[in-house]
Amino acid sequence: MIEVFKEAVNQFSSPVAIFTTGILLLALFVALPALMTSPLVAGAIGLLTVAFFIFGYFDPHFGEMVARPDNIPIVGLIFIFGFFTWYAMRKAVLNDALIAAGKPPKEKEESEEKVMVFPYLIYIEFVVALLYAAGLVFWSLLIKAPLEDPANPALSPNPSKAPWYFLGLQEMLVYFDPWLAGVLFPTIIIVGLCAIPYIDNDPKTSGYYCFRQRRWGITAFLGGFWLLWILLILMGTFLRGPNWNFFGPFEEWNLHKVVPLVNVNLSEYFYLKWLGIGLPKNWFLRELPGFTGLAAYFWVIPTLLEKTVFKKLQERMGTARYHILILLALLMLALPIKMYLRWAFNLKYLVAIPEFFFNI
Amino acid sequence: MITWLGFAWTVFAAATVAALSTTLRFMFPNVLFEPKTSFKIGSPDTYELGKVDTRWEDKYGVWIIRSPEGIYALSTVCTHLGCKPSWMDSEQKFKCPCHGSGFYKSGINFEGPAPRPLERFSISLADDGQILVDKSKKFQYEKGEWSNPLSLLAV
Ligand code: FES
Repeated sequence: MIEVFKEAVNQFSSPVAIFTTGILLLALFVALPALMTSPLVAGAIGLLTVAFFIFGYFDPHFGEMVARPDNIPIVGLIFIFGFFTWYAMRKAVLNDALIAAGKPPKEKEESEEKVMVFPYLIYIEFVVALLYAAGLVFWSLLIKAPLEDPANPALSPNPSKAPWYFLGLQEMLVYFDPWLAGVLFPTIIIVGLCAIPYIDNDPKTSGYYCFRQRRWGITAFLGGFWLLWILLILMGTFLRGPNWNFFGPFEEWNLHKVVPLVNVNLSEYFYLKWLGIGLPKNWFLRELPGFTGLAAYFWVIPTLLEKTVFKKLQERMGTARYHILILLALLMLALPIKMYLRWAFNLKYLVAIPEFFFNI
Repeated sequence: MITWLGFAWTVFAAATVAALSTTLRFMFPNVLFEPKTSFKIGSPDTYELGKVDTRWEDKYGVWIIRSPEGIYALSTVCTHLGCKPSWMDSEQKFKCPCHGSGFYKSGINFEGPAPRPLERFSISLADDGQILVDKSKKFQYEKGEWSNPLSLLAV
């Protein structure tokens, strides 16, 4: 019985199945926030997760993964982030109900007084920082730091995993050229996060939790944070094994597991498979389909949206801010799109110019 | 007249400069590890036909492969992000532990994210009959450089 369950979980565990499940869960969460954050449903989800980890702990392979000193923060992260996501959404849902009934949000009832950041907020943060520092000291006393041998360029451990907070980036490297996944995307993530207060400078809803008035912003945040960061870290931690192959949570890490990953560039699909002529010699001609696709994605889509559905938005935000917003949104969406293209069509690169080390 | 504030700033500036200069010192390491770029690796007969020879992977960072056409030296640096793949004899491929790129025995990339084949190094016969590999000259397939006679030692 237990074996059957484990086997079923292993069978289900593929990057595409897990990522799709994540998207569906998120969609459910933002479509029915009141139901999903109700103590009953949220509690059930929390308990099921705990039960899964307790059950998994007794599996020799999964148990070792969970108890590893490197991985303890990740197990903690699931529950901490899960709790705080629930906490904020719960408050937002309750406020939404109040607002819908024509009443002011709860925070307004609690206190109307304005307080200064300094010293009130800083003081709280300082105390929390002290507690965290003390906690870290105890942690480091209890658990030995998982240090490995000195670095050796001639030896890459198998699997070679980045520190846990970078595993999302490492997962991205599977789908993108190092220049994009390692340099461009991290930069854009940081710049994009910094840009949020300038893109959305609407003061309404500040000072209290709410969801309905901020539906798109919160959904985009949850998607970016939970799917494109946390979920990738979880997959990288628990499900990536030797040779960066994908393993089920209860599957032994077999060094010789063979997963065919033969990938094909868009140019090869276009010229060899669809047109049936050889690849053009000239790199520009060869990569023209990819360039066209990218131009359509980054140029035609925003222009079309600007003329149609986002007309109001564009007027309200102004051209510059609108275009920055759309560009950031498209870049963010490009990540899952490329991942799905890889899973569905083994697509390697849309534009591949090894001559210049330029691949997209 | 020395004011307290001026004094404090001077001390602060001096401490900053001192800290920065020690940081700068780290840019000039005491020992530089630079293995020789050209080396001899024994006579061609010691390499078996059809085998990937991993003897020199740790010391020099090359795999020596003897194919029917000749002997070539492959770089052990993955063209994706520079990890060191391992040769898997049962699967007859090089497999990178970092993001899963795979390469055929020839060095051609066929799976995973690696954008181009492994590089080959210049290989020739020295006067004493040993194979001489020169890592300072490399040949990239995508630039059509594998047709260069120095990239393959015919035996
Ligand atoms: S470094 Fe080899 S696959 Fe990324």
